[in-house]
Amino acid sequence: MSGNGDSMRGRFAIVGVGTFGCGLAPGYTDMELLARAAHAAVSEAGLTMRDVDGISTASASATMWSMPVIEYLGLRPRYVDGTMIGGSSFVAHLLPAMRALESGQCEAVLVCYGSAQRSAQVGRREIVASRRYLDPQPYEYPYEPMLPLSAYALAAARHMHEFGTTRRHLAEVAVAARRWAQLNPDAFMRDPLTIDEVLAARMVSDPLSVRDCCLVTDGGGAYVLTRAERARDLVSDPVYVLGNGTAIWNRQISEMDDLTLTAASASGREAYRMAGLGANDIDVCELYDAFTINTLLFLEDLGFCAKGEAGAFVEQGGIAPGGRLPVNTNGGGLSWGHPGMYGIFALIEAVRQLRGECGARQVRGARCALVHGNGGTLSSQSTAILGTAETL
Amino acid sequence: MSEQASGAEAAFQAALDQGRFLIQRCQDCGEHVFYPREVCVHCGSIALEWVEPTGLGTVYSTTTVRRKPDAGGDIDVSLVDLDEGVRLMSRVEGIAPDAVRIGQRVRARVAVTNGRGLVVFDCCDDAGGVR
Repeated sequence: MSGNGDSMRGRFAIVGVGTFGCGLAPGYTDMELLARAAHAAVSEAGLTMRDVDGISTASASATMWSMPVIEYLGLRPRYVDGTMIGGSSFVAHLLPAMRALESGQCEAVLVCYGSAQRSAQVGRREIVASRRYLDPQPYEYPYEPMLPLSAYALAAARHMHEFGTTRRHLAEVAVAARRWAQLNPDAFMRDPLTIDEVLAARMVSDPLSVRDCCLVTDGGGAYVLTRAERARDLVSDPVYVLGNGTAIWNRQISEMDDLTLTAASASGREAYRMAGLGANDIDVCELYDAFTINTLLFLEDLGFCAKGEAGAFVEQGGIAPGGRLPVNTNGGGLSWGHPGMYGIFALIEAVRQLRGECGARQVRGARCALVHGNGGTLSSQSTAILGTAETL
Repeated sequence: MSEQASGAEAAFQAALDQGRFLIQRCQDCGEHVFYPREVCVHCGSIALEWVEPTGLGTVYSTTTVRRKPDAGGDIDVSLVDLDEGVRLMSRVEGIAPDAVRIGQRVRARVAVTNGRGLVVFDCCDDAGGVR
């Protein structure tokens, strides 16, 4: 797996990850969940908050979020990234942090997030209502789409029309996620789930039913990134960043040229180029599954199968435990949990898989993982390729 | 386009409120533009003029948003490709929401409610005749 990628490949590593309050965390705020996850990640790296001199964070509601986070954690960072591009933000935070570490601007970057979305007093309804005023989409809102769901439903309907993808194919994605979740004691939904149950579930925005949609849970997540030389001094099992790429082509679903081709095709190409790797080199895959159609689109756009063939790829448990490709091994947004913006949790699962910490759901011999974050309504896409020391 | 007293968004809505559906066309690159902008999304020019589209289009994708009757009931949300080459979100009226199909030919109509115009679509045949 020797790569011929670019000069950034393998020079930076994740030295600690942390989660806190994933699932239900009544009585906690976004910031408290973030802080506990951040503490866990920093501790795992053998560092303290005093060692953190770079910060990357984002919030779905607070536009100046990096400032209260810096204040709350008592940091004096030399590097700050508050880029907010939805659920992919924490994957997209990688490359700018790598550049800052490379330049010597900082030594340890903490990437962190927290959401009490499920338990919070201010609910999603209020946030959606306020967004109409703070972040207007005057050419979509008057038609009352149920966003983000209806946007993904429109993509699913078009994929079905062009390629013969079926609701059964979508259901395969939900069932595969549940079967992985059943191997993960930390997953929120672990009851058995069948294809027929998904097909019979309450329709929300055709062709997507409630079982085609991610969960709404609480949770905090964090990771720490350093230069590789430092990483090897800190921990025995650094996880190296082999590639990262981010692409955004639009915000609104009505502005997306082709609803069956996402900007993941561009972010993936960039990440693979940097890593000097391709889809065939990936042992385990964590794809942001806000809705079942996401997984199909990203399998295609990231090169695991040809355009239009993801339905066949996932048939017969193709991405479930024991299938042809391990996808969303924690149970994903569909069954593990989805605290508002899931990208950081996909990345944390990839790190844990590469360290071999995943118990019953461990992908044996996993050396190379692909993490893909999605944000908005198929709007922002960020792909990262991570590897063990063997992949360097 | 000569200097006007408002931005493109307000100008578009003002025309709609009078029952007129206008889109933009770039005088430099010739492409049509929707949604209304100050700068051409194709070439960056600010020479955008308002033109009246034929109103004919084709459903590119469609979903039925399922809502309880007291929340307004089920509603269609469709993406429509106008024959001019631009796409917009809208809804197809006059048939059941879940009867709207991708590929359906449709014709634009401006529905004015409480003085505020909104572009909606009706089904039509291939020649543009309303069925």
